[in-house]
Amino acid sequence: MSTTTTRVEESRGRVRPGGKRLVALVGRVRELGLIVVLLVIVALVGLQTPRFLTPGNFEQILLSIAILAIVAVGETMVILTRNVDLSVGSTVGMTAFVCADVLKNHPQTPVILIILLGCALGAVLGAVNGLIVALGRVPAIVATLGTLYLYRGLDSYIAGGTQVSAYDVPDSFLSLATTHILGVPALIVFAAAIALIFAYLLRATRTGRELYALGSNPEAARLAGLRAERLIFLTFLLCGLLSGFAGVLWGARFATVDSGAATGLELQVIAAVVVGGVNIFGGSGTILGAMLGAIVLGTIDNALTLLKLSQFWLQAIDGAAILAAVTLDALITRWLQHRLRGGRQR
Amino acid sequence: MKTLLRTLLTALSVAMLLMLAACGGSSSSGSGSSGGSSASLNIAFLPKAINNPYFDTAANGAKQAATELKGQFKQVGPTESSAAAQVPFINTLTEQHVSAIVVSANDPNALAPALKRAMQQGIKVVSYDSDVAPDARQIFVNQANSEDIGRIEVQILGKLINYSGDIAILSAASTATNQNTWIGYMKDELTKPQYKNMHLVKIAYGNDDDQQSFQQTLGLLQAYPDLKGIISPTTVGLAAAARAIESVGKGGKVMLTGLGTPNLMRKYVKDGTCPEFALWNPADLGYLAYYAAAALVEGKITGKPGESFNAGKLGTKTIGPNNVVLLGPPTVFNKDNIDQFNF
Repeated sequence: MSTTTTRVEESRGRVRPGGKRLVALVGRVRELGLIVVLLVIVALVGLQTPRFLTPGNFEQILLSIAILAIVAVGETMVILTRNVDLSVGSTVGMTAFVCADVLKNHPQTPVILIILLGCALGAVLGAVNGLIVALGRVPAIVATLGTLYLYRGLDSYIAGGTQVSAYDVPDSFLSLATTHILGVPALIVFAAAIALIFAYLLRATRTGRELYALGSNPEAARLAGLRAERLIFLTFLLCGLLSGFAGVLWGARFATVDSGAATGLELQVIAAVVVGGVNIFGGSGTILGAMLGAIVLGTIDNALTLLKLSQFWLQAIDGAAILAAVTLDALITRWLQHRLRGGRQR
Repeated sequence: MKTLLRTLLTALSVAMLLMLAACGGSSSSGSGSSGGSSASLNIAFLPKAINNPYFDTAANGAKQAATELKGQFKQVGPTESSAAAQVPFINTLTEQHVSAIVVSANDPNALAPALKRAMQQGIKVVSYDSDVAPDARQIFVNQANSEDIGRIEVQILGKLINYSGDIAILSAASTATNQNTWIGYMKDELTKPQYKNMHLVKIAYGNDDDQQSFQQTLGLLQAYPDLKGIISPTTVGLAAAARAIESVGKGGKVMLTGLGTPNLMRKYVKDGTCPEFALWNPADLGYLAYYAAAALVEGKITGKPGESFNAGKLGTKTIGPNNVVLLGPPTVFNKDNIDQFNF
C-alpha cells in the first residue's frame, strides 16, 4: 500500500526524503497494532478461562471466520479501488442455495463440479456489479445495494420457500466443511491459501499495484494511463467469484440452506475489512490486515462466549472495535500527511 | 412545451385521484357485501417469516381448507423474523380490507396496535402458532397445549441422557412468545424430583437464523464442555444445532431434542445426533386456523369460550378459556416413524 501512496506523492514533487520509509513503517505498525490487540485479548481472556488457550479453541475461532475471510479477500480488493460491494451476502446466499439444490436433484454430481458451478455463478453476479459500476458509472454503494436486493429476490424466487436439508445432499459434499487436510480443517486451509495467493498478487504484480494507485488517486491513476474501468470490473468479478466459492462452503458447513442464507453477511465482511485497517476510501490496506481484522472480531466473539457474557454485548463491542479502528486510521492518516508535507508547506 | 408538460401532469394527477376514489369505492362496497348474507372469504396469513418450510407447510393446510370452503387464501410476510417487519404487512392488509388476518406474532405487544386498528375496521383477527396480546385478536389457534410442549421436550431429553448432566436451551428470538412460554414450562418440569441431577446452565438465542443458531450451539459446546444435552424448541435452531454438534464430532455424545420438521431432521434422527423430537402437524395447524377464521367471518362464532365450529377433517372444535382453540397433543418423531412423514 505504502509504496504507491509514496509514488503518487512523489509525482507531485512534495515528498520529503525518507517519506517512503516512514509510510512503509506506519503501514507495518498498523498491522502490528492489530496483532498486539489480539495478543492482549488472548492474554486477558486466557487468564480468566484457561480453556480459551487450547489449540482446539483456536481452531474453532479460525473455523468460525473461514468463510467470512474468503469473502473479505474479495471485498478488500473492491474497497481498495474506492468502491464497495454490498451484494456479497446475497451472492453467497444464492450460490449456496443453487449449489445445494443442484446436488439435491442430481446427487451424483462430483463435488468439484459443484465448486466450479458456485465460482462461475458468483463470477457472473460479480461481473454484473462490475458492469454497472465500471461502465454505468453508478456509485458502487448504490449499485450493489440494488443488486443486494435483486440477488436476494432472485434467490427467493428460485428457492420458492423450499429448503435443502442435510438429508438431501450427499455426505461427500458435507465433508467439504468437516474434512481435514494434513490435520488442519479444510475450511481453514482454503481460506489461508486464498488469502496468501491474493496477498501475493496484490503485493507483487503490476495489476495489484495499479489497484492501490487507482484507489489512492483516481485522477492521477487515469492520467498515468491506468485503465480504471477494467481494473474496477476485475475487482468486482473476483469478489463475486470468491463469494461464489464461499457460498459452496456455506452450503457444506451449515447443511440446511434456504433463501435467507448469509443474510447480513456483507456487513460482517466490511466490519472485518475496516477493523483490519483497509481504508474505506480506498488506496491503502492489505489482505493480511483484513484477515487480522476478521480474526480479531472472531476472537472477541469466542471470548465473550467462553466468558459466558450475554451475546447482546457482542454487537456493541464489534461496533466499538470498528469505531476504534476507523478513528485510529484517521489519526494516522492526518499525522502522516502532516509529516510528509511538513517540510515545504511551512 | 412547458404548458404541455403541465397539462399532462395535471391530467395525470386527476386520473390518479379518480382511480383512488374508484378504489376506495370498490373496496368499501366489497366489505359491504361481505357483511351481507353471502360472505366472501378473503383470508390472509401473515407468518413470522416467509420462505420458512414450517410456515409453508401450514400454508398448504390452509390452502386445502380454502379449497374446501371455496374461499380465497393468500400468504404475505417479511423475509426475516421481526415484529417491526410484520407491522407494515398488517397495515397493508387492513387497507386492502381482507376479511380476516391470521397471524403468527414475532412479539405479542408490538403487533397489537396495528391488529386492533384492523379489528376496528371489521377485519377478523386470528393468531396461530405464536399468540399476540389477547385483546388484539378474536381467537388464538394453539398448535398444542404450551404446557405439553414444554414438558415433553424435557421428558425426551431426560430419557436420552439418563436424567443426569448439564443441559442448555437454544431458542429463537429472546422475545418470541411461544418459545418463552415453553421454556417456562421446561423450567417447571425440571423442578420435579426425577430431574434433580439435570441442570439448565444456559439459554442461548439463535434468532431462527441458521448461521447464528449454528454459532450459538458451537458456543454452548465450547463454554460448557461437560454439556450432556441441548433442547432447541424451534425448527431452524434444531437443524442448525444438529449440524453444529455433528461438525465438531460430538454427535451422539451431546444429546439433542426439541421441535423440528421430519424433512429437516431425517438425517440427524437416523445417525443418532437427535434421536427423538416433537412437533404437531403444521399443515393441520394452518387448516384449523383457516376454518376458525372462516367461522368468524361467516358469523358462525364470535370467538367466545364455549362456542363450537366445524373444522372439516379435524371434526368439531370448541373454543376454550382465553379464546384459545387447541389443535391436539404433540407428535413424537423417532427413527421408527419418521419416514411416514413428509413435511
